[in-house]
Order: sequence, then structure tokens, then C-alpha cells
Amino acid sequence: MHITDILVTGEPIIYAAMVSIALVTVAIVFLLTYFKKWGWLWREWLTTVDHKKIGIMYILSALAMLFRGGMDAMMMRVQLAFPNLGFLDSQHYNEIFTTHGTIMIIFMAMPFLIGLMNIIVPLQIGARDFAFPYLNALSFWSFFFGAMLFNISFVIGGSPDAGWTSYTPLSGAAMSPGPGQNFYLMGLQLSGIGTLATGINLMVTILKMRAPGMKLFHMPIFTWSTLVTCFIIVFAFPILTVALALLTIDRIFGSQFFTLTGEGLPMMWANLFWMWGHPEVYIVILPAFGIFSEVIATFAKKRLFGYNAMVWSMIIIALLSFLVWVHHFFTMGAGAFVNSVFSVSTMLIAVPTGVKIFNWLATLYKSKIEFTVPMLWSLSFIPSFILGGVTGVMLGMAAADYQFHNSYFLVAHFHYVLIAGTVFACFAGLVFWYPKMFGHKMNERIGKWAFWLFFAGFHVCFFPQYFLGLDGMPRRLFITNIAEWLPLNIISTVGAFGMGLGFAVFVYNIYYSYRYSERETTGDSWNGNGRTLEWATTTPVPFYNFATVPYVDEIDPYVRMKEEGKTTFDETKLKPIHMPSYTGQPIIMMSFLGLASFGLIFEWIPVAIAGLIGGVVMMIVRSFDYDDGYYVSVEEIKRIERKARGL
Amino acid sequence: MASSKKGIPKNHVIGFILSLVMTVAAAWAAIRSDLPVTWVIIGIMVLALLQAGVQLFMFMHVIEAGSGGGHVPWNMMFHGFALAAILVAGSLFTMSFGFDHGDHGGGSGGGDEQFEEQPEEHAGH
Repeated sequence: MHITDILVTGEPIIYAAMVSIALVTVAIVFLLTYFKKWGWLWREWLTTVDHKKIGIMYILSALAMLFRGGMDAMMMRVQLAFPNLGFLDSQHYNEIFTTHGTIMIIFMAMPFLIGLMNIIVPLQIGARDFAFPYLNALSFWSFFFGAMLFNISFVIGGSPDAGWTSYTPLSGAAMSPGPGQNFYLMGLQLSGIGTLATGINLMVTILKMRAPGMKLFHMPIFTWSTLVTCFIIVFAFPILTVALALLTIDRIFGSQFFTLTGEGLPMMWANLFWMWGHPEVYIVILPAFGIFSEVIATFAKKRLFGYNAMVWSMIIIALLSFLVWVHHFFTMGAGAFVNSVFSVSTMLIAVPTGVKIFNWLATLYKSKIEFTVPMLWSLSFIPSFILGGVTGVMLGMAAADYQFHNSYFLVAHFHYVLIAGTVFACFAGLVFWYPKMFGHKMNERIGKWAFWLFFAGFHVCFFPQYFLGLDGMPRRLFITNIAEWLPLNIISTVGAFGMGLGFAVFVYNIYYSYRYSERETTGDSWNGNGRTLEWATTTPVPFYNFATVPYVDEIDPYVRMKEEGKTTFDETKLKPIHMPSYTGQPIIMMSFLGLASFGLIFEWIPVAIAGLIGGVVMMIVRSFDYDDGYYVSVEEIKRIERKARGL
Repeated sequence: MASSKKGIPKNHVIGFILSLVMTVAAAWAAIRSDLPVTWVIIGIMVLALLQAGVQLFMFMHVIEAGSGGGHVPWNMMFHGFALAAILVAGSLFTMSFGFDHGDHGGGSGGGDEQFEEQPEEHAGH
């Protein structure tokens, strides 16, 4: 095996990518060495088990993935607006729409939300860390190596090219030979381990580690949305794990679960994929609902209207999410009765979602709204998401779906729900909780520029696509030089670049705010409008979060605390705090499993076995690891708290 | 936060080895053995039940004395069964119900038809 056999060759764009990857790597290594930061990187970040730091690493990775997926999107849009330019060839186009979809869902949306959950949920429930901090670090590194594995595919071995749904038989060994599809399978499998573990971890954290007195129905709504999401993760992800494993065995070891020959059932892949895939879209939308609820309540300066109805509608959405999967492949032709059943269950979901929309509107009703950047993202979400939701109900009508299926109408629909829902929520949540993470706010003026550019770009990009779909333009199409489609395609591309510009301004704002923003002095960063416990902590948040855990017996406990002039800190009740030790085991264990996955991708079985043995050895090491953490002394807590509170 | 006792956790090691052995046995039954298909399926089903038993009794605190039954994951077991039912029944329903294209599937006798229809579907390719 020669190195040129596995590198992708022959395309100028790819060569440029290789050069830039090499340059960035050299630059990072140089900077770390020059500023002598290797020890710092290892001690403070790579070995951390602190939920706040892990959350920041999740969010940074997700932003990088958003950049990667966004570049894919803009390359596609250039190709579609200028079909005669020969910018991409068909193979490259197939690879790009596949990686765009997979990266945006699996490596951008989920890590971004999980990152926010990591940082905020323990703070909201008055916990000092996750229930299993070691497992949390393990989850992050499994996601990280899965994402890296998936991302190197475009320079090594070739990217997957069968769509993010990876339908068989196209994605099987017979029709997609080579490592491309294996990258998809192993990348998702590896990061799926982390997602599943995070689901369990957060569920246990929320159920077992709430502040004394806090009942489930006292929890902040974002924590509720996280809990419901965790249930969906724990029940949906095993289906993906099994489906991926079956397809892996098909491709690498020659079994015939999803093949055309040998009694295989290719459509069973679609069935299993969407049994996971539909709950998956609620995994990325429910936390978004939670973030919007928090932001809207904060800046409307009112308690969230219909808290109980909000919670129950999330639970009902979670239940229904397991009963609608067939609406993704109505056109398989399962028959009128089967399609009707799933058509009805699909439309039922509009009911609890509608309840939530009206509750947000009722929260805003007659309130004194403060138009901050997170509030702008949240307010623009409501009408934009409704456009996506209503077209979703149209797609849910089985008979009509035969017309809309796999057209740009569908593409417009799911971008309307995923961007207006999930991406807006990620931005809203990041800006909203940014002062808790970094000790300073993001600049409001630049933030508004980023918002308006992204918001306008989004509608200009995707609204025309509904009409392209109705004009008959199918998705995943490479040649589009048909006169009727061209104007709308060009408008759409302009919008895509507007979104790109908005993202660039957003990232610039991170740098600008780091340089020039005022540093926070209180913990309650948004003009004292914070309602939940995370705002009761000092900024920066001490590594143990709460010196003394408060007693909570109501929704929005921090509102009353402020009225009564209290804080969560009570120096007379200080006790030594038990904290987990940092450890390098998670990153080492997951790099071994990453190596095993890499071996399987190229079907180098000895490499795979070596990696697996390394992983098992690390698990045995963990099994006999008796490090029970350490205690922070009362004196040290006193010193930290007095300094932070200016006592 | 249970305080960790030192020593080999016997239950866990035995459970781990048992689950590996049963997995290998199931793979062997499916790939290498000459058993008739019916027996292979029955065998795998039995192994699956045993496997679930190993998980519940050796890892999942079902018989944990100290907790006074408080840790027994009945709730999650119920959800697990509900999900498995949706998965199996739902797959049968969507993948084989009404696939003969003539019958519009009133729902009567669906269960019996399903298994007979599947081979026809393959013959069609």
C-alpha cells in the first residue's frame, strides 16, 4: 500500500484543502510550542472533566463544523447558480451534499446543543458537575474523534457520496466500493457512543442531582427539554447503532442484510434509519425550544406562560416522535393504509407544537420586551419556524407527498425547521449564556449585524427553494441549467452567501468581544433579568459551581432571591467540596477506538484489532482506577468566594 | 456516590464473559452451524432472552439488596419493552403489510399474511 493510494488526488480544490490543512496544523504546533502551551493544553483542556470546559470544547468544535458544513453548502450553491462553470464534477458534488448533511446534523447541531447543555444544565439545577464526569469527557472525545475521522475523508480515501441518509442498496459494497461509505459508518458509530453516553449521563444528573427541594416541575424549561431529549437519545440511538453495525458487517464482512441479492432487504435500512432519524430531529429541536423559552421569558421579564403545558407538550412530542418515521419514505409504496396511519400520526405532532407557539406568544403578550441579540434570534424563530412547520404538515399528507417528495420543496422545509429552529437557538443560546462561559458579553451592535445578515440571507436562500420544488427541481441534482429554475437558483445562492457573511461577522464578534468587551462584575449579566439558578452563580463560575447548594421550591427561584436580597452563598454552611480529578484516560481510550475505526474503514483488520485491544486495555485500566477525586478545603472556598463576591 | 471497594467485581466479570460467549454462540449458530433455520431463530431468541437476563441481574441492580428495590429500573424496562414492540411491530407493519398491491389492507388477518407475503416480494425482483 502506497500513500498515494489512499490520498484523494486529481482535484485542485482538494489539493488546496490539503495544503491549508497542513499549514493550519503546522501553525498550531508552532504557536503551542512557541508560547510553551503544550502543558497548559494537556492539563487544562485535554484531560479536563469539568462540565463547563467540556461544554466549551463541544461548542468550539461545533462552530468549526458549522464552518466546514457551510463551506460545503456554498460550494453547492455556486454550482447550482452557475451550472455551466464546471465548478464541481458530479462525484465531488455528491460527496459535498453528503458531508454537508451529515456534518450539520451529527457534528454541528447535536454537539452545539450538547455543549450548551453541558455548561448550563448543572448550573440550572444546582449541581457541581455531571453524575459521571469521567464519562462526560469520554463522550466528548468519542464525538471529537468521530468527527475528525469523518472530516479527513475528503483528503484520505474519498468522502461518502450516498447522501446523509446513506440508503441501501446504493451505499452497499456492490454499488459504493471503497472506503467512502465506511467513513460514514464508523464516524457515526464512534460519535454515537458518545451521544448515547451523554444521554444517560445527563438523565442521571437531572434525576438525581437537583438542588434540595427542586421537584421535576420546578426545573427550568431548558433542563426539562434536556431531560426529554435524553430519553429520546437513549431510546433512539441504539437503533442507529444496530443499523450502522449491520451495514458495516454487510460492507466489510460480506453479509447480506441490506443487499439486493441473497434475501437482503434494502428498504429495511430506510426503515431502521428513520426509526432513529425521526426521533433525531426532535433531539435537535427540543433543546432549541428550551433555549427559546428561557430567552423569551428572560427578556419579556415574565414567567413563561403555561409552564406545565410547555412541559407536557414536549413529552407528547417525544412520544409521537417514535410513531411517525414512515413519513420520510411514503413513496416506498407501503400501501394506502400504512401511509394513512403515519400521515395522521404526523399531523398530530402539529398540535403540541402549536401549543408551544401560542405559549411563547402569550408570554410576549403585554410584556415589556427588551430587544437584545438573543431575543432577536428567538423572536425571528417564531414566524420562520411556522413557515417550516406548515410546509411540514403539507409534506405529511401522504398523497401530496408523492408530489413533494425529494424535491426542493422538501429541502426548503427541513432547512426552515432546522435553521430557524436549531441554528437560531444555538446562536441565541451561545450569545445568551456567553457571559457565563467567558466572563464577558458579546458585542451587541456587531451581534445585531450578524443576526440581520444571517436572518435575511436565510429567507432569501430558502424561500425561493419552495417554488423551485413546486417547479419540479429534485434535490441532490447536479445539472440545473434549465431556464425556468435559473433565476430562483441565483437568488437562493445570493442568500446563502448572506448567511455566510452573517456567520463570519458572528465569529469576528467573538474575537472583537474578547478584545474590547467590558468584563462582567456580577453573575446576573442581562441587566439583572436572570430568572434561574445559573445567573445566581458568580462570573466567572468557580470550578465547583456552588459553594453552598441553595434550597429551591419554585419555578424561577432566582427572581425571589433577588427580591429578598439573598444569594446562594451562605458562609456559615460551608463544607469541604468533593470534586472529580482530571484524567487523561478518556482521550487515550477514544484515540485507540478512533484508530480501530480507521483500520475498519480501510479494512485493515490488524490495525482495527490493535486499536480495539488498546481500547479494551484502557477500559480495564479504568475498571481498576480507584481515584475517588479530591476535597476542596473550606478555607480555599472562602478565599475564592470572597474574591468573586467582593466581600 | 457509592464508595468503591477494592478487589475483582466477580459478578461483572462473569456477566461480561457470559455475554461475550452468548454473542459468539449466536453468531456461530447463524453463520457456521447446519441447524435448520427455525432452530437457528429459536436459538437466537433464547440467547437474546438470556442476554437480557445477564444484563439485568449482573449489571442493572435488579437484585441489589442495599437499595431496598429503589434502584430497580422498572420504569426504563417498561420503556424498553414499549420501544422494542414499536420497533418490531412497526417494521413488520410498514415493511410487509399491504405489499400485494391488490388488497387495500382492511386490517383483517394482517398477521398471518405478513410472513407469507415476504417471499413473494423477493420473487418480484
